[in-house]
Amino acid sequence: MSKVRVLVGTKKGAFILAADGKRQNWEVSGPHFPGWEIYHMKGSPVDPDRIYASQTSGWFGQVIQSSRDGGQTWAPAGNKFNYQGVPGTHQWYDGTPHPWEFKRVWHLEPSLGDPETVYAGIEDAALFRSSDGASSWEELAGLREHGTGPKWQPGAGGMCLHTIILDPSNPERMYIAISAAGAFRTDDGGLSWKPINKGLVSDFMPDKTAEVGHCVHHVAMHPARPGVLFMQKHWDVMRSDDAGDSWQEVSGNLPTDFGFVIDVHAHEPETIYVVPIKSDSLHFPPDGKLRVYRSRTGGNEWEPLTNGLPQSDCYVNVLRDAMAVDSLDECGVYFGTTGGQVYASSDSGDHWAPIVRDLPGVLSVEVQTLS
Amino acid sequence: MRVILPYHLRILAKIDGDLIVAVEAPFTVRRILDAIEARYPMLQGTIRDHTTQQRRPFLRFFACGEDLSHDSLDAPLPEAVATGGEPLLVIGAIAGG
Repeated sequence: MSKVRVLVGTKKGAFILAADGKRQNWEVSGPHFPGWEIYHMKGSPVDPDRIYASQTSGWFGQVIQSSRDGGQTWAPAGNKFNYQGVPGTHQWYDGTPHPWEFKRVWHLEPSLGDPETVYAGIEDAALFRSSDGASSWEELAGLREHGTGPKWQPGAGGMCLHTIILDPSNPERMYIAISAAGAFRTDDGGLSWKPINKGLVSDFMPDKTAEVGHCVHHVAMHPARPGVLFMQKHWDVMRSDDAGDSWQEVSGNLPTDFGFVIDVHAHEPETIYVVPIKSDSLHFPPDGKLRVYRSRTGGNEWEPLTNGLPQSDCYVNVLRDAMAVDSLDECGVYFGTTGGQVYASSDSGDHWAPIVRDLPGVLSVEVQTLS
Repeated sequence: MRVILPYHLRILAKIDGDLIVAVEAPFTVRRILDAIEARYPMLQGTIRDHTTQQRRPFLRFFACGEDLSHDSLDAPLPEAVATGGEPLLVIGAIAGG
């Protein structure tokens, strides 16, 4: 029978939640790396027992952990992320020039074809790649050096490269997203990059439709539709049908279009999920009701999903990397909250139940479907 | 020489109790850290910054009741530390929640 493994990064350690295909009885393992912020964990699609984790703390900096047995045991890997050349400056919050400084790894994206190759999105925003199982890292400097870098500014959470999407149909194409610079695409394996923010509107900027400066929170793509992208921005849910060359707003009837997560149903490329958050000043759900919204039309028409989710006195947030889907026949959807809950649905979002309620604040959720 | 590391770094490096490192003269904080990192590569970057090689801001160095954090990493350590009578303490800030 198939199994699922949910990889949960939290503010004080990592947890691994495992169940069979029924997704009813869960085994909880952890905390791994107790006391450390685990920004992200993700397994290789080629070898699901090969998992990488970003372990970080304000005291001791960055550690990368690597597992070869599905998270049962771990070994520290390489943690040097040196910017290539003279890094120069980007803009600080007040617009003044600020030097590029490594702070932490926000996102790890294992290669689609090689379990020993993995990409890392870091703060201050840059993209790194390891080809030796995370022992050593090299910057793909074309991103930071393509020309717009000096104009990039941090969002409230820091200037982070939080989204990395690999195109399964084209090994030369990748997408990344940065808060608060925007989305970018490469078509030559990371050597050169271009901003893909046409159509995004950000009212907080003097030039609302500028080439860069948009605070993209997350981007999602279905592997069977690599040219179709969905974006949750700092306000607005967006869609592109041309690999990011242009974007259209698909917020439609959402009660609020601020939020962090967005994801796509494993088998229905036009079915997408978001968790509306009240506003950029109030990072909790509207009316104290935790609601996932689903669109089966690729946006614009949304329905609330509430069965099993708290509908009163709920003021948690769901952070940008904290939602994922499995690929079982009846697609499972999962998300984690800043209140420490991890909710799961085994029927595409119609019904929800908490797997765990009392973890430290959840920073990220990924799901592996195991045969 | 004896070194006492913060809990999280002992766990990361799988060190049980006090750490004993062999260091040749001159006996300085830098040489002790060099020895620690050579023996426990996973601790590189966790006590001093990879690039600047300076102490990470939320850590401090103490020995013989004195705060050595603002001294040069190449300043001679007290005799008692050099002879193993007293440890070098690497202490994390009491901060955060």
